[in-house]
Amino acid sequence: MKNILLFMLVVLLAAAPLVMNRAAEFNGADGEAEEAITEINPDYTPWFDALWEPPSGEVESLLFVLQAAVGALFIGYFIGAGRMKKKLEEKAAERLQ
Amino acid sequence: MRNIHKLAIATMALVCYFWISSLQPVAAMHIMEGFLPLKWAIFWWVLAIPFIAAGVRSIQKTMKQHPETKMMLGLAGAFTFVLSALKIPSVTGSSSHPTGVGLGTVLFGPLAMTVLGTIVLLFQALLLAHGGLTTLGANAFSMAVAGPLITYAVYKGCRKLHISFAAAVFLSAFFGDLGTYTVTSFQLALAFPAEVGGVFASFAKFAGIFSLTQVSLAVCEGILTVIVMNWLMKYNENELKLLSIVGKGA
Repeated sequence: MKNILLFMLVVLLAAAPLVMNRAAEFNGADGEAEEAITEINPDYTPWFDALWEPPSGEVESLLFVLQAAVGALFIGYFIGAGRMKKKLEEKAAERLQ
Repeated sequence: MRNIHKLAIATMALVCYFWISSLQPVAAMHIMEGFLPLKWAIFWWVLAIPFIAAGVRSIQKTMKQHPETKMMLGLAGAFTFVLSALKIPSVTGSSSHPTGVGLGTVLFGPLAMTVLGTIVLLFQALLLAHGGLTTLGANAFSMAVAGPLITYAVYKGCRKLHISFAAAVFLSAFFGDLGTYTVTSFQLALAFPAEVGGVFASFAKFAGIFSLTQVSLAVCEGILTVIVMNWLMKYNENELKLLSIVGKGA
């Protein structure tokens, strides 16, 4: 219950900016950091390029989703396994009594 | 329950504060490939490597002492993996992502997270063109060395002051996240000092940009870390005892 409330708070925090700040573009910030650098030092050119770049925004978001999904899968498995283990241990303890 | 209300009020207050204060759309996550001059790229690599090596040893030691915690180490890695993939919109009108190193730092100490954090950064650099190989040393130093160290210091400090476990976890993850981006600003400022005002002016510029965007994300990160920690307290008490998070060692 406590966790559900906490989680709702996170959702609220993430959603609030979208409502409050409708005009904003919510750009991924890396591009904007590059701009800030160019502002300070207009002559700077990156001297090394990424070895491989996702060919499109769609492919990139696919990879990001996969990253999150794999991680979340593991977390879910771990918590579920822990919960079951605890249940079984409690049952075993009951039987012993 | 009362704590949650307080937290909710504090959060809303923060949100309103940043709503009212000026909205600046510039921010950054990791330093992009090629965006650090060669000498700085090497400098941060040299600084990061000893920590990574010590981290490998620290993990080996923990795994030898408590092999039962292997899965939990995986959990710490998975948590960073998920959180650093979540690009969350912030009140400043741009998006950034949390770091997720707080959980593992509290569980396994700052050095272990250096390794896990660097692996996540490497994955993002190679497959997502997010961050980069030349800037990996600098990004690893901010997210996987400085972040966990700050987290650890805040956590230990809170525990010494007898602050409750949940609050200590929240605060340490919060400050670890903010600290990471402060270090990133500092790295950028060192590499790109402003013509007027030098490193300090640049730092003010980058840090002003970052910290605003990152505050609401750091709150998210703190709360998410507490949620997972609540589960662990409930279902995995044995492992937590082994790592002396709860019980006699805490």
